Amino acid sequence: MQNNAPEALEANAAAPSGAVLRLVVQNHPGVMSHVCGLFARRAFNLEAILCLPSGDGRRSVILLVANEDQRLEQVIRQLAKLEDVVEVRRAPEAGHAFAAAARIVC
Amino acid sequence: MQTTGADLLIRLLERQGIDTIAGIPGGASLPLYDALRSSRIRHVLARHEQGAGFIAQGMARATGRAAVCFGTSGPGATNLLTAIADAKLDSIPIVAITGQVPCAMIGTDAFQEIDTYGLTVPITKHNYLVRSADELLEIIPDAFRIAQSGRPGPVVVDVPKDVQQAAIDVATLPEPGTPDPRPAIAPADVAAAAEMIAAAERPLLLIGAGVIAAGASERLRELAEKDLIPVASTLLGLGALPSHHPLFLGMVGMHAARSTNLALEECDLLIALGIRFDDRATGKVAAFCPGAKIIHVDIDASELGKIKQPALGIEGDVGDWLDIVLPRLGARRREPWLRRVDELRTEHPLATPGRDDPLQPYGAVHQTAALAGDGAIVTSDVGQHQMWAAQAFPFSSPRQWLTSGGLGTMGFGLPAAIGAALAYPERKVICFTGDGSLLMNLQELATAAEENVDVAVVLLNNGHLGLVRQQQQLFYGERYHASRFHAAPDFAAIARGFGIEAYDLGRTADPRASLERALSRRGPCLINIPIPAAENVYPMVPPGAANRDMIDGGTHAE
Repeated sequence: MQNNAPEALEANAAAPSGAVLRLVVQNHPGVMSHVCGLFARRAFNLEAILCLPSGDGRRSVILLVANEDQRLEQVIRQLAKLEDVVEVRRAPEAGHAFAAAARIVC
Repeated sequence: MQTTGADLLIRLLERQGIDTIAGIPGGASLPLYDALRSSRIRHVLARHEQGAGFIAQGMARATGRAAVCFGTSGPGATNLLTAIADAKLDSIPIVAITGQVPCAMIGTDAFQEIDTYGLTVPITKHNYLVRSADELLEIIPDAFRIAQSGRPGPVVVDVPKDVQQAAIDVATLPEPGTPDPRPAIAPADVAAAAEMIAAAERPLLLIGAGVIAAGASERLRELAEKDLIPVASTLLGLGALPSHHPLFLGMVGMHAARSTNLALEECDLLIALGIRFDDRATGKVAAFCPGAKIIHVDIDASELGKIKQPALGIEGDVGDWLDIVLPRLGARRREPWLRRVDELRTEHPLATPGRDDPLQPYGAVHQTAALAGDGAIVTSDVGQHQMWAAQAFPFSSPRQWLTSGGLGTMGFGLPAAIGAALAYPERKVICFTGDGSLLMNLQELATAAEENVDVAVVLLNNGHLGLVRQQQQLFYGERYHASRFHAAPDFAAIARGFGIEAYDLGRTADPRASLERALSRRGPCLINIPIPAAENVYPMVPPGAANRDMIDGGTHAE
């Protein structure tokens, strides 16, 4: 952590590129394994995940970055089928969250 | 009302209308069994949890209603996995309830602890780990709602032992879970479909399990007859239209009659109802129905465009769609197309050699069918016998044919037959099996004897893993390995050892009379039918090839 000049942080901050999906899910242990398991099982690419509880904590919002290709529509439909997924949509406006996270994490 | 988690769970199952549960008790599920003792629910003691899972599947497939199986924690749960995965791939509504170690011991590698929740994520429609007894009030109705809504499927409910034992005060019991309302079909989609059908010169219906799940067989027949559209079926759609129907072309795909695959090749409109374009049905996808536009109706939106992009994808229940589209169709006659289909059927029919000899594959299927009658339910295991039965058995009604399609699970047939017989005690159940498959859940002969179910196990015994042998012959230069059983069990003696009547058609002067005797009696029996090991299932599309490129016995005679 010696080299913590702002320029260096910017240089390291590689925000993932791809389609941003926003999921509203029931907040209970196991939801993440359903979502991540779906990507692994169907050989979909998952570049990044952000997850935070929302509102009163009964639900969470998950932001995902997935490959923008012809399989994305299938990804969205499979996600929508998960019982704990209340809502799923494309959310290009949320992309900056990953850029911000990248500055802190990477 | 003061009660325990276990009593509450059993009470909720009763309210779901469950009358039979298959399972095996163990340490972590004993409170459930203690509660079950005073319930009107009948417990059928399987001899392996996989058997219990397939017994539940047999009940669910035969009735269309969700069925329940019980297993304990650890090995009880892992033994259920295959039956659960099988239900997922074939969209069968079962609710598997497993015992789990007490909450405080979860994560400690306790005795018979396994992460049932984690293991069942990819093979269920949904799954639960119940963390307190009051959660059961929501979870149990939800489990049944989910299992039976939309595209049906399996649900797992993992219940820790202390949750089963916990005292709970319940004010009111929840309503039983019922299926969610079905998605409304967009009127524009119906109009577009009606136009496409009216404009088609060579339309063809391809039907799958979704037609049966929707209870839409009658309406399907109406559509086919109204517009005189030929109908082909996937393995799991068999029975939705009677096999003898003049418009029925039989099963499509890897072991279809050549004429059926060629008709698909030539159609200009494929109306795909409740199918998922499985690779055994489509062959090489890029070459499937090359000249056809596709209308695809399925209740699962993620199936639309998953494998094959339809010109018109309609999310909805096949029966609902038929209801709306039927009045819009105007009985069009397409004589050239019907003549062409007939021509294909005459030129390339399904060859069923040995039809009259019960010691030949098609003969065994044909003679069994003739003796069993229309009312019989038919299950199969997986392999050559399954394909011979699918090709040649004259199915007459939906839910008559119960087979493991997607997962292709050897060992399915016997326990599924027991489940079907429990659901319909007045009907004869035939289980076509092979000597490889039967051994995979042989222990359930004990369950069959104990329950005295009317199941006739028709064993096509070729001393091989026949479909493996066939592939080694055709595609691996006849380099046979690990496909022949060098030890030949005496299956008739084994069945008798389980207390089951047995007939060996290889050791009788009049095999047909022996078969007739076996099938005319009630109660479990096993009929061993030695068949030649060299018999193959033909025609066959080599794996990965296009459906038009079928090989048959003529090209590959030994």
